[in-house]
Amino acid sequence: MTQPVAASVALDGGVRTADLAAGQEPVFAPSRGFWGHVGHRLVRDPVAMAAGAVILLVILVAVLSPWITPMDPYKGSMLRRLRPLGDATYWLGSDELGRDMMSRLMLGARLSLFIGVTPVLIAFVIGSALGILAGYVGGWTNTILMRTIDVFFAFPSVLLAIALSGALGAGIFNSIVSLTCVFVPQIARVAESVTTGIRRRDYIDAAKLSGASALTIMRVQVLGNVIGPIFVYATSLISVSMILASGLSFLGLGVRPPEPEWGLMLNTLRTAIYVNPAVAALPGLCIFIVSISFNLFSDGLRNAMEVRQ
Amino acid sequence: MLLYVLKRLAYVTPVAFGVSVVCFLLVHLAPGDPLSAVLPADATQATIDEMRAAYGFDKPLPVQYLIWLWHVLQGDLGVSIATGRPVAGEVGRAVVNSLILASAATLIGFTFGTLFGFVAGYHRNSLADRAASALSVFGVSVPHYWLGMVMVIVFSATLGWLPPTGAGPDGSGNWRPDLDHLRYLILPAITMSVIPTGIIARTVRALVADILAQEFVEALRAKGLDEWGVFRHVVRNAAPTALAIMGLQLGYLLGGSILIETVFAWPGTGFLLNAAIFQRDLPLLQGSILVLAMFFVALNLLVDVMQTALDPRIERA
Repeated sequence: MTQPVAASVALDGGVRTADLAAGQEPVFAPSRGFWGHVGHRLVRDPVAMAAGAVILLVILVAVLSPWITPMDPYKGSMLRRLRPLGDATYWLGSDELGRDMMSRLMLGARLSLFIGVTPVLIAFVIGSALGILAGYVGGWTNTILMRTIDVFFAFPSVLLAIALSGALGAGIFNSIVSLTCVFVPQIARVAESVTTGIRRRDYIDAAKLSGASALTIMRVQVLGNVIGPIFVYATSLISVSMILASGLSFLGLGVRPPEPEWGLMLNTLRTAIYVNPAVAALPGLCIFIVSISFNLFSDGLRNAMEVRQ
Repeated sequence: MLLYVLKRLAYVTPVAFGVSVVCFLLVHLAPGDPLSAVLPADATQATIDEMRAAYGFDKPLPVQYLIWLWHVLQGDLGVSIATGRPVAGEVGRAVVNSLILASAATLIGFTFGTLFGFVAGYHRNSLADRAASALSVFGVSVPHYWLGMVMVIVFSATLGWLPPTGAGPDGSGNWRPDLDHLRYLILPAITMSVIPTGIIARTVRALVADILAQEFVEALRAKGLDEWGVFRHVVRNAAPTALAIMGLQLGYLLGGSILIETVFAWPGTGFLLNAAIFQRDLPLLQGSILVLAMFFVALNLLVDVMQTALDPRIERA
């Protein structure tokens, strides 16, 4: 499942025949290192690069949105409600309160990305820590941690997310907490299996013999070798997380009005599907584009790192 | 085989116990008291205490849990705060509707998923293969609640072919197997089937490609078996895993149906959950989630056992 960093550098550090033939690289090229190779392979994957470009663009819009929206995203007009796509003033139409859709979609990227990506980031830290601990220490610690995690696997993720945020109540913070709870067990399970796979390797024994403490070994030898696959797995969760986070807002459990968020916008525009279907479907299209981009980029990253599923 | 079943049961029991603890604690996660949502704001302390004692909330948590578990084991999930009716009955009715929808979606997903998966697995890197992998990426990336809306926009609002919401023409909460009710099932079932179609297609494709690359297929061909005969061997080898994935997908759909059921106003568990959340009907929330999670656990167990029965190699592994 994993590839020790040292070994992969030794294997891939040499010169590729294709590069040699093209005469682009000197015979004894300096090693790019593991991540250098991953980057190199990723750049040659057009699908992953396109997906990455879309993600970068959305992040850029999200960051800059307060300054670049064409109109005030909060200011509505009862006279100019539900304008169609391609309207002279409202290029992407206007919503049920007469607010500019384009401005709201741009500002909405902020919250949608934030509530979608944050749970995976937090879960990545907590889940990796728990999984590495369980995998490296083994024994009873492993049994107790992993059996507890099994309990959370007994809930389909959508159900768990909705159950938790339903019990906690609506709000951005609660929605992030619920989704984090959904992803921690999933990441921890992957981290545990990867760590268990390498804990009997010779270089771990060597570190032990050299007198390194368990904490140092986990931090240096284990972390360095397992973080790649865990990271790839975590990136594959972002897409699900975006859909779920916006889904919670869609149900009224996440972001509250009047803040623009794609899931919430989709919900409030449901009433408009007979009047102005194209505009009503726009926020969902945004979620879909971002979600599929994250999925394709994650696939590319997995191929580039040669992590098997 | 019996030993294997017993072993799985021994493994599932603590998980089921953990699930019950999580469901029980859900109610206590809620800010304040489960009763605070139903009691009037100006209730006197005496009233509050009386209610707390009546519902047993004055006892320590572990005691409350044991009492709750005792009732649950007897099929008593408490009483809905909003309607005053027993939760078990409400959930029971909703589960039937959800099962109908989820089964229909799984069936569609399984049919198309295996079809695409087989074609793609047999013809690697062909156009069909690329279409199948595009389909599976689409299936896992599309926000299904949005897809549901788009379906309603296209097939109900624009074309007027199918009804947009509900489970039947009379607005009743019960689906019946007749033509009128079937029309109401089509849109939500197709929307829901997109996820399992993608996942099953991806799995079957990998399975078929893997099986075709094995030596026994070559041996079968070498001894002169026709392609149809070889195909039957491939199916026989792919079936246990494909069926297992289908079973798990049914569980996921049943538990994850809340968003699609909300879009289509389908009177199932998702719809019930939605109502429970917004009326802060915590017993109903707790009961529905417990039933759905236990169903998922049981389904997992069933899938494991069935898979082993179909493919004895798993037990030995």
